[in-house]
Formats: sequence, C-alpha cells, structure tokens
Amino acid sequence: MCADRVIEITALDKSFGDFQVLTNVNLDVSLGERIVICGPSGSGKSTLIRCVNGLEQFDSGSISVDGISLSDPGGVDRVRAEVGMVFQQFNLFPHLTVLENLTLGPMKARGLSRADADAQAMQFLERVRIPEQAGKRPRELSGGQQQRVAIARSLCMKPKIMLFDEPTSALDPEMISEVLDVMVELAEEGMTMLVVTHEMGFARKVADRMVFMDGGEIVESGPPAAVFEAPKSKRFRDFLDKILQH
Amino acid sequence: MTRSIKVWVLLCGVLLVAGCSGSGGTWGWYVIDPSTDQGMNNIRFLIGGFWATILLSLIAAAMSMVLGLVVALPGMSSNRWVRLPSRVYIEFIRAIPLLPMLFWVFYGLPVVMRSLGMPITIDAFWGASITLAISDSAFTAEIYRAGIQSIPKGQTEASRTVGLSYTQTMRYGVLPQAIRRILPPLANQFIYIVKMSAFASVIGMQELTRRANELVVTEYRPLEIYTLLILEYLVLVLIISFFVRWLERKMGADESR
Repeated sequence: MCADRVIEITALDKSFGDFQVLTNVNLDVSLGERIVICGPSGSGKSTLIRCVNGLEQFDSGSISVDGISLSDPGGVDRVRAEVGMVFQQFNLFPHLTVLENLTLGPMKARGLSRADADAQAMQFLERVRIPEQAGKRPRELSGGQQQRVAIARSLCMKPKIMLFDEPTSALDPEMISEVLDVMVELAEEGMTMLVVTHEMGFARKVADRMVFMDGGEIVESGPPAAVFEAPKSKRFRDFLDKILQH
Repeated sequence: MTRSIKVWVLLCGVLLVAGCSGSGGTWGWYVIDPSTDQGMNNIRFLIGGFWATILLSLIAAAMSMVLGLVVALPGMSSNRWVRLPSRVYIEFIRAIPLLPMLFWVFYGLPVVMRSLGMPITIDAFWGASITLAISDSAFTAEIYRAGIQSIPKGQTEASRTVGLSYTQTMRYGVLPQAIRRILPPLANQFIYIVKMSAFASVIGMQELTRRANELVVTEYRPLEIYTLLILEYLVLVLIISFFVRWLERKMGADESR
C-alpha cells in the first residue's frame, strides 16, 4: 500500500436485484487528490461514492479508507469518522437550527462540550459565509445557503475526505456558484475530494483527475485537460457533446 | 367541536326533563337526581370510577407506547431475521380479541408464572393494564413504523455520516420529526384504550363501567345509569381530544418557528 493512498477501491461489484450497478470498479485516491466523477444518470457514480462511506453495501471487491477496510467489523463506523458527505438534497435536520445542525455530530458522536461545539460551528459557518443564519431553521434559507450549511456540518466532523453527491443539482442556477466557490476553496486548502457533478467548469478548475462512468464501469479517467481535449471513447465524447452543448 | 357539545347538552337536557317529568313513564331520573341524598350518593359512586379509568388508561397507554417502539424498531431492519419476531408479534397480538386476552392474563398468567417458579399475583388493575398495553402495542408499533418510515431516508443517512450511532440517529434525528406525524394516530389509540378499559369491569376492577353495573343491580334503573355512563366516557374523550389538539398546535408552531 502506498503511504499517501487514502482510498483504495478494488474490483468492486454491486447489483440491485438483477440490475448490475457497478462492474469491476477500481479506483485509488491519493491524499489531497481531487477527483470529479461524471457520467449519464444511472451510470453508478452516486452508488460508487455512497459505497465509500458504507451508505450502500457492495457484493464483492473491497474498499479501504485510510487503511481501514469497510469489510472489517466496525470498519464502517471508523471509516465514517474520516469521511464527510454532502448530498444533492442537503438533508439538513429541519427540526434543528442551523447551529444545532452543525453541533449535533460533534457533541453526540465526539463528546465536545456545547461551548466548544458552538465555537467550532461558528468558525465553519463563517468559512461558508453565513454566520448570521446560525439561529434560523433550514427552511428559512435558500437552497444555496442550505447546501453551504450542509458542507459546514460535514466539516465540523474534521473529515480527511469529503464526498459530494451532485451537490449543485438541486439548486437554482443563480445559487450554484456560491456553493462551487466554497468547494473550490476547500480544494485549495488541500482537502481530498470525490465529487460527482456535471459542472465541467468546476472539474477543469480543481480536478486532478476526471473519471467518466457509464453502465456501472469506469470508462475513462485522466487529468481534465487531457480527457476534455481528446476523449478516447465514443461514449465519453457523446456525453461531453450532450452536456457541453448549452 | 363546540357545536357538537351544544347538541349533546341539548339532547341531555331534553332527556332529563322528559325523564323527571314523566312520573309513570319509562324514565326514572330520580336514581341520579342530585337534589336528593340518594341520587347524590349514587352520582358520587358512579363518578368515583373516573380516577380508576383514567389511571388504568394512562398506565396502559404509557406501557403500550414503550412496548410499541421496542416492537417497531426491529421491524424496520433490513435483516429479515431481525424483522421477523416483530412481524410475528404484531400479527399474533392483533388477532387476539381483548376480552379473551384479558381472561388469559388475569386467570392464566399467574398459573404459567407459578409453574415457571415465579409466583406472582395479578390484581384486577394490573391484569387490565397489562392486557390493554399488550393488545394496543401491536397497533402502536404499526403507527410508529408508518411515522418513522415517512421521514426521508436522507435524514438517517445524514445522521450516520455525521457520526451518530443508530440509537442517536433515532433519538436526535428521526424520532423528533416522526413524533409530529405520529401524534394524531397515537391520540386516536389513546381514546381507544380509554373506551376498551371498560372491559376491566368483567374482572372486577372498580372503574366507571363496573360501578355503573353494580348500581344497576341494586337500583334496577339501567337506562338512566348507562346513559350517565356514556356521558362520562364522552366527557373524558372530549377532554382528551381537546388536549391533543392543543398539543398539536403547540408542536406545529414549534416546527414553523
């Protein structure tokens, strides 16, 4: 095992009933690496990153994160402690205030005092530029603000790796950039990131590696400049044509 | 709701007047006429059952709510072997009529326990409480399940990704949201318990129905006494409805704050 390799996915297979969602997926991620995964809907890209923190179980193959195998007893919980996740639908807790959303994990799972958790939460809210919303409920916020709260909530757990599952797909167009800006900053600070997105501008700007998936397989991967200039497979070319048309 | 109360009050008034004025008729309200000593004594005796009915209902409902949750949670597991006992319990308990179950618990359970070397005595109060709780818990469990499953899966996933355990996820993430949806059907169940508590009379518990029965036997005025009995339950249920509506408003306000 290479020392700075934080995620190792080997020969991963998964199916929902008869439908094979992932077929022999292999992917290694180094510390600090930013990977953008794209592909048509149903290509298995969300399922793949959901496997990384154990939200989905896989049928065969292996995943290890920071040297911890997900198949080990208690492995899932230890991996989740290292991995943050941001969802398409934000999944904030509607019955809690923004601040309480951020402090729930640190207080209950990490045993931080309320004062410490509050202080840390405010620090991250400032980082995503919405400290003034701390006392509000999620529903009072715009979609872009909610997604930034969700990012801050993940960061409060001090993860080594961040997973983003189509973080801007549920947002109105004018709010996409405020979320992407926060993600770009996070990338610049050296966070290891796996991002499922169709935002090709973001991919060009921050990705070290683009991964294109189709039909449950990784069809192509490489540095964005190279794969955008000269996509090797027809499937990737067709996909790029479709999403770059407008 | 206020309108239905008015209708009932009017109806009772008419019955009362008709009953008291008709000397040789079919009504004999004298039996519970508060202006006479005998009538007042009878009313006191009947109303004296309120406390037992309320206490029995509250304890049965509390036990049923805990038991229902204990049954419901494994029922939502993705593992079918964890799910199975919950399913069997619900199907089995739901199929047993309350009265036979009450007889079984009151007369049979002490025998079973004694044969197992754990001699216990079950009085009428606890016999009725346990039976009502068990019988109701199958329904409570289904209510919990529906409520919890109505909370989007993303809430559980988000809780797990911020490091919460299963218990913490339920306690802080899912149940506080589910409780608002569960409350109205749970209140229905409570009203059901209050009414079913009347069965406790057959094993001799001194609650509303038992007292009415006893008075009927000595006074031979079933119509008047049972009319009052029905009104007693009506008042009890209306008070509960009122309280639940207040609670719902309060929680609703809390959610939209």
